[in-house]
Amino acid sequence: MDFKDTKEEAEFRNEVRSWLEANAELKSANDPPEDALGERLTDDDVAAAKNWQQKKAAAGWACLRWPKEYGGRAATSIQSVIWGQEESRFRTPANIFTIGHGMCGPTVMTHGSEEQKKRWIPKMLTGEEVWCQLFSEPAAGSDLAGLRTSAVRDGDDWIINGQKIWTTGAQFSDWGILVTRTDPTAPKHKGLTYFVVDMHSPGIEVRPINQINGGQGFNEVFFTDVRIPDENRLDDVGNGWRVALTTLMNERASIGGGGGGGGIAGLMELARSVEIDGRSALDQSAVKEKIADFMVRARGVKYTGFRTLTALSQGKIPGPEASFGKLVGGVLGQEMAAYAMELQGLAGGLNDPTVCADAANWQARYLGFPGLRIAGGTDEVLRNIISERVLGLPAEIRVDKGVPFKEIPSGS
Amino acid sequence: MNFDFTDDQKMLKETAAGFLKEHSPLELCRAVLESDQPFSTELWKKTAELGWQGTSIPEEYGGAGFGRLELAVMAEELGRALAPIPFSSSVYLATEALLIAGSEEQKKAYLPRLASGEAVGTFAFSEKVGQNGVTPTDTKLSGDTLSGVKLPVPDGDVADFAVVVASSDAGPTLAIVDLSGAGVTRTTLESFDPSRSMAKLEFADAAAEQLGEAGKGAEIAERVLNRAAVLLAFEQVGSASRAFEITRDYTLERFAFGRPIASFQAIKHKLADRWCDIEIARSNSYYGAWALEHDNDELPIAACLSRVGASEAFDAMSVDMIQLHGGVGFTWEFDCHMFYRRARLLSTVLGNTASWKHKLVDRAAAQEAA
Repeated sequence: MDFKDTKEEAEFRNEVRSWLEANAELKSANDPPEDALGERLTDDDVAAAKNWQQKKAAAGWACLRWPKEYGGRAATSIQSVIWGQEESRFRTPANIFTIGHGMCGPTVMTHGSEEQKKRWIPKMLTGEEVWCQLFSEPAAGSDLAGLRTSAVRDGDDWIINGQKIWTTGAQFSDWGILVTRTDPTAPKHKGLTYFVVDMHSPGIEVRPINQINGGQGFNEVFFTDVRIPDENRLDDVGNGWRVALTTLMNERASIGGGGGGGGIAGLMELARSVEIDGRSALDQSAVKEKIADFMVRARGVKYTGFRTLTALSQGKIPGPEASFGKLVGGVLGQEMAAYAMELQGLAGGLNDPTVCADAANWQARYLGFPGLRIAGGTDEVLRNIISERVLGLPAEIRVDKGVPFKEIPSGS
Repeated sequence: MNFDFTDDQKMLKETAAGFLKEHSPLELCRAVLESDQPFSTELWKKTAELGWQGTSIPEEYGGAGFGRLELAVMAEELGRALAPIPFSSSVYLATEALLIAGSEEQKKAYLPRLASGEAVGTFAFSEKVGQNGVTPTDTKLSGDTLSGVKLPVPDGDVADFAVVVASSDAGPTLAIVDLSGAGVTRTTLESFDPSRSMAKLEFADAAAEQLGEAGKGAEIAERVLNRAAVLLAFEQVGSASRAFEITRDYTLERFAFGRPIASFQAIKHKLADRWCDIEIARSNSYYGAWALEHDNDELPIAACLSRVGASEAFDAMSVDMIQLHGGVGFTWEFDCHMFYRRARLLSTVLGNTASWKHKLVDRAAAQEAA
């Protein structure tokens, strides 16, 4: 048992490091906080992201696990993780490609024709074309298969009408993966068809969503008589759910371990600096017990991540266990932020870094974490996934099973 | 990255599991719990024949010479079986104390007997209700005699000798005491988990020999507790996993409202949460095992992470085990209460969960300051 790289891994890490050192600068502690969720991206940020991706692609460091014929290097999962670990130590532009590379690419490669792969994959890899995911709808979130955006055949085209929501990066995307309903008389999972849509098509309108934290990471996307040529359909008509499952499996794998445990050191620092009844909060039993509880959970997520990396290193494929990190990390991050604001006393009610350095940091986390507990699978959906796929408990009893979609009660 | 046990260690674990399945079914734990028998001497002898007690004792002292990772995988299996034997007291505590602080002569005198299971050792530090730390202590070591009272002492009624935390002129000091000697009175106390026994030990000028440097008793005792905390965490993770599996199987078999109760989200989500707790505990315990095996600077913190994670996961699982069994979970005949009792007992034996949380934050703060 050790945390060391194998010989091959260490050699690979060195190779990665030397390229990064020659092409980027190491981060420093004084860097401003990153916009990790892409909630405040400008046109310049998008351009910088595309340049960096182009540079990586030219040197063979883009989408490492993808096949060589599309520009990848057919790397192992652990090599891809090592790349990610090393790149995160450097100052690099925001990554606007996570949806494309994490979900769209693998889906196209699994279900697309050779022609489709050649058309889309290489430009996705180089960052020349940005992709987004058009899945959720106002009335179909956790119950994704209840989606209503319709696609109706018209000659060689399909005509799309409806609305998608929670679409990250739609405003600067060139392509989107889109699940539509093509047969409302079929049971809900059966009547779906999966397309790739040109985001520059007439009839598409993108509107940013104003989040509770003031950010704008997501959009609503409206479709009014948007035409998609049939050649942009992925897999067969009526097979959309099967294709969507490929995307969702890849989504879970790419969201991974939550990261809610960051900030323990900051929380301890805060506890040391504030007083309760004339004594440092960090010297008090109730505070220690609370922080210890956070530490145990944060480390639990971290070391479970190490166990997953070990499985990857041994060539195994991690399963739905990835839901664990997001579930535990999301709640943990929100609770830690709330507790930090408690420790700040009345100043916890401020969002003003001029009064105390921490105000704004914890407050921003507290406003951000509700989103993390919902996006990419709510806590409740994750508990269902864990209980059904990991623990072998029965699936939900479905009252809409086998019922034609148009007859399913919708509450509206 | 290799944050996993080796294939050999996994095979050892499977072998231990197979043996315990046959020789330590839950009926054995129940038999000890329902009788006046303090532990299963039969299981103790059988495990000793396999050399389990000497797993991590060097070969020169009669052990198998394995590391702590091998001991950890066996601890997990002993936990799964709720094995009713004084393994933790003798192996994780007394043996570790001798390995850390024993003189060559003491190691030669005690370790071979511990390795063979011929002798049972224990570790005595608590003296009164509410105590969690190894100090302060009113037990006095004067020269080679010991006086004072220790309570409760796990397996104190059956152990052949105890490593006792005492105070001497030099400060806290450890002593080894032969519990069958003159001046020692032992009283069996009623244990919350009668499958594990508890005792009061009274010493009146009992013969004792100093263990380790005088005045360093508290530091040595902390080191012993750190090591035991990791190993005991594996037992707790094992017990919690078994409780989880029994409960999951029960909810799959039990029907209500025309469906297995395991199909209700209220049940599924509770089980998912308990599974997460156990994963958190398991991963922290792996970290503890890594630190213990390398005996490195991370051990004091890793021990706390292991201990807190495992105690809380097993406690929570044992509580929900009864809850999810419904009425039958409250009956004597069902096994739930054996897990419920064991969970609570193990959460107390090395000091309560809160005390380990305090240590965790204090140690993390000290590490940051350094």
